[in-house]
Amino acid sequence: MCLPILVMSGLQIFNAHPALYWGERSDPDRALLSIDAVGSDDNEPIGLTTVFGRTFDTTGLLGVSTDAEGRVRSRGFPSWATLPGPQWLAMGRRWHFFAAWIFVLNGTLFAMYSLAGRHLWRDLLPTWRELRGLGESIVDHLRFRHPHKDAVGRYNGLQKIAYLGVIFGLGPLIVWTGLAMSPRMDAAFPWLSDVWGGRQSARTVHFTACVLFIGYVALHVVMVTATGLWNNLRSMLSGWYRLPPPKSGGTL
Amino acid sequence: MIDRRQLLTRGLATAGLVFLAGCDALSGNARAVRLLERAEAVSRRAQRLLSPRNAMAKEFTAADLSPVFPANGTINPADPAYQALAEQGFADWALEVGGLVERPQSFPLADLRRLPARTQITRHDCVEGWSAIGQWTGPQLSTVLDVVRPLPRARYVVFFSADPDESGAKYYESLDLEEARHPQTILAYEMNGHVLPIPHGAPLRLRVERQLGYKMAKYLMRIELRDSLTPIEGGRGGYWEDQGYEWYAGI
Repeated sequence: MCLPILVMSGLQIFNAHPALYWGERSDPDRALLSIDAVGSDDNEPIGLTTVFGRTFDTTGLLGVSTDAEGRVRSRGFPSWATLPGPQWLAMGRRWHFFAAWIFVLNGTLFAMYSLAGRHLWRDLLPTWRELRGLGESIVDHLRFRHPHKDAVGRYNGLQKIAYLGVIFGLGPLIVWTGLAMSPRMDAAFPWLSDVWGGRQSARTVHFTACVLFIGYVALHVVMVTATGLWNNLRSMLSGWYRLPPPKSGGTL
Repeated sequence: MIDRRQLLTRGLATAGLVFLAGCDALSGNARAVRLLERAEAVSRRAQRLLSPRNAMAKEFTAADLSPVFPANGTINPADPAYQALAEQGFADWALEVGGLVERPQSFPLADLRRLPARTQITRHDCVEGWSAIGQWTGPQLSTVLDVVRPLPRARYVVFFSADPDESGAKYYESLDLEEARHPQTILAYEMNGHVLPIPHGAPLRLRVERQLGYKMAKYLMRIELRDSLTPIEGGRGGYWEDQGYEWYAGI
């Protein structure tokens, strides 16, 4: 619940200044990414997205899009991707910071539980054999060849690295770069943003981490669906996974 | 007939739409918004707990100055009284400081320039997301407060601007005494070594370096010490605060 709220209210906040930079300052001529609209809302405007100096026409999605009432709007991300839908920075910030507190508390509890309990050490840390077999595992995944029977009950090496990366990498990174954008936190702990080379760099990393997070969630959902949705959902929530019945006639 | 996968996809899409519509509806619900606003007090308390009271905002060098410092919000107040003052180079302008103080006083520019000044090169962070670096010069607000002597029951410093927008609402802002007495909280009459230009708030603007740009009221006319923010305008302590932005803008 908390994650779609964070992502969508984050895009709402991003829309207030739809551009990314590196360093402390946001000099308009040095943007890494910018989303612009050319022309007025009544006169068929076009949406342009510029990434590393290359410009693409993204009308309909980025820069210019249609809102829930079917009106053409000049805005970074379209209204279906932001919370609230219309351009409303103040409300976006309210949702974002409320959900951020829940995310931080929830994440801290989960991290403490994993470190103290056995879940992390027993199920999540990859073994040497799994690390060596990583290349093979990647090829298997790309060919949609998934483990069956015995191997199914555990996470595989690739899965483990993805989970660890998200829990102990992306999660803390996104909170860190979020804090680095706060002027008060920056005053007390200048290294929060100095490590990245400035506040605008931290904002760019925050956004990039969000994109990676969305990618992870999308991949996770694809994998869970591809490997049997109901069975996976049952096991995630209850811990029980039903194996296919052994094929009959195999025994002598 | 639709198969299970289609049913599921449609189900998820519908659930997503309901979720979004729900969030949008909650944004218009006063009780839900009050719940969301609780996070502001949590953030304020947590940030004050974590960071030293007098933690100083980062200061930069002349090499770091923004080539172009954006001027946001009002860039030239339409108010005829303000325009008349501007025509005379603000020679007739004076900052009124009053409210809950022992010695209310008005400070013409010349008097403010005679007070000890602080020059600081700092990063200005706008709530929209952009940052710009500028150099600011002026007396510390604490120096001015020491001259007028706030009464013990004064809790807030309220800043009034010559700045009516199209709807006639006045720009104002407020700080608590802790932020007001911070060494980097200054009343700037100079920017980047020159007289403060009109788009940036001439003749005098507030600088509060540990908070967002909208706290730093431009075109200052009057400062009042108050025990409550409720009776002023929308009652939430500032022009943008009355429109739903956080009064504590340290985040």
